[in-house]
Amino acid sequence: MNAARRKKYSAFALAREALRHHRGWPPAWRDATPKRAYDVVIIGGGGHGLATAYYLAREHGVTNVAVLEKSWIGGGNTGRNTTVVRSNYFFPESTAFYDFSVKLYEGLSRELNYNIMFSQRGMMMLAHDRHGVEMLRRSANAMLLNGADAEFLDGAEVKRRIPGLNPSPRFPVLAGLNQPRGGTARHDAVAWGYARAADALGVDIIQNCEVTGFIVEGGQVRGVETSRGEIRTNKVGLAVAGHSSVLADMAGFRLPLTSYALQAFVSEPLKPCLDTVILSPATGVYLSQSDKGGLVVGTALDHYPSYAQRGNIPIMEHAAAGVVELFPQFSRVRFLRQWAGIVDVMHDSTPVVDKSPVGGLYLNCGWGTGGFKAIPGGGFCFAHTIARDEAHPLTAPFSLKRFETGALIDEAAASGIAH
Amino acid sequence: MLKISCPWCGPRPEIEFRCGGESHLQRPGPHDQVSDAEWAQYLFYRTNPRGVNFERWLHQHGCRQWFNVARDTATHEIRAVYRMTDPKPDIKPTRHKGGGR
Repeated sequence: MNAARRKKYSAFALAREALRHHRGWPPAWRDATPKRAYDVVIIGGGGHGLATAYYLAREHGVTNVAVLEKSWIGGGNTGRNTTVVRSNYFFPESTAFYDFSVKLYEGLSRELNYNIMFSQRGMMMLAHDRHGVEMLRRSANAMLLNGADAEFLDGAEVKRRIPGLNPSPRFPVLAGLNQPRGGTARHDAVAWGYARAADALGVDIIQNCEVTGFIVEGGQVRGVETSRGEIRTNKVGLAVAGHSSVLADMAGFRLPLTSYALQAFVSEPLKPCLDTVILSPATGVYLSQSDKGGLVVGTALDHYPSYAQRGNIPIMEHAAAGVVELFPQFSRVRFLRQWAGIVDVMHDSTPVVDKSPVGGLYLNCGWGTGGFKAIPGGGFCFAHTIARDEAHPLTAPFSLKRFETGALIDEAAASGIAH
Repeated sequence: MLKISCPWCGPRPEIEFRCGGESHLQRPGPHDQVSDAEWAQYLFYRTNPRGVNFERWLHQHGCRQWFNVARDTATHEIRAVYRMTDPKPDIKPTRHKGGGR
């Protein structure tokens, strides 16, 4: 480990490097080659995997850790989402966890010494009919009771805050539910920031290393087989989002989830015209404007199981129709890029952070369409689960056992929002 | 966009259909001898393969009939369409690069 690699990022360092034509920046993390054995192996170099490695080293002193990524870090769902951070859930278990994650996001740039560009521009949910208004009132009350921030706004106030909204829509905006602490963050920076900070604590980040099998002896995991050789370990953390079932199948068990493609779109850059995140369940679309100026648009799942990281035209049309209904002036804006990520959806839309049926193999999966906002909290609690071999209190309700006991946390129905 | 051949109506675009999830699920029984773990497997656990998936589809905006489709979840290639009462066809799973099954 050379000292230069640990250089602190600061305005001073930026000015110094600017004078040197930016030739002195060291790589943000080492390109590690796999050792023969580790204390903990994390499969999946996305946000959750990297955050888990960071918190293992930082909170639990476990630094002999490898993060295995089959392609490049942050190239899966971490780089394919719409970067929304929020905690507008219904059940106390969900809000406690997701609000903890938002709080970690609030201090993350400073903690990682990496600007993740977290912008708390608010997250506004719209209601276009009487039932929608009732749902928003119920949501607002639940959020406030559970300790999250929320404000219920009437239609006039929503229009005042979002001046670009369609003045004569088919379904007028009757009310809005704003979460002021919600917002967006730079998704790549979250992965890179955690990677850099974990690497500085001694974690090996190994890219282009695909796991092809597990070494299990007597019901206990003893290592993984990879495209870069065998790696021995007694603890493996699985943080592979849409491919959880594929990895579980290698270890010989099934999971209560289904993988779907979720599309997102970004438009050509525009001048600043939208300073919040808007979610309109009735039109099935949500959008925000990135710092670069592009409109970042998300919509519903492609409604059949898929591992193909591409979306389909019908959903794209649906998203475009929703955007134009909300903002007719965007009708001539062109989509610049379209992409899809594979999300692992649990039956109750609540994740699993738990031990698996195989000893020493831990699960972090089922984040569905909302994994990005859960990265800091998910990594923090998953690190606890791996290091202590017991659930963190915040994720104890997110167990596999709930599918047997019936203690489901049905956010799909309760908060009525796409995730 | 998928083009699905409904056994009754012929080839139609995907927007006319709805996917009903994994097919050939057998309800365990007799019910008083089924453990909680078995019920959980039946109700919630799915094979979710990266490869050929045997699934139910409904021609929702057409003849409103249910039928089965064997579809590759990595390529979206439809390998077979067959009726609800037909046995599971013998289709060799394709191995995809980077896939598990």
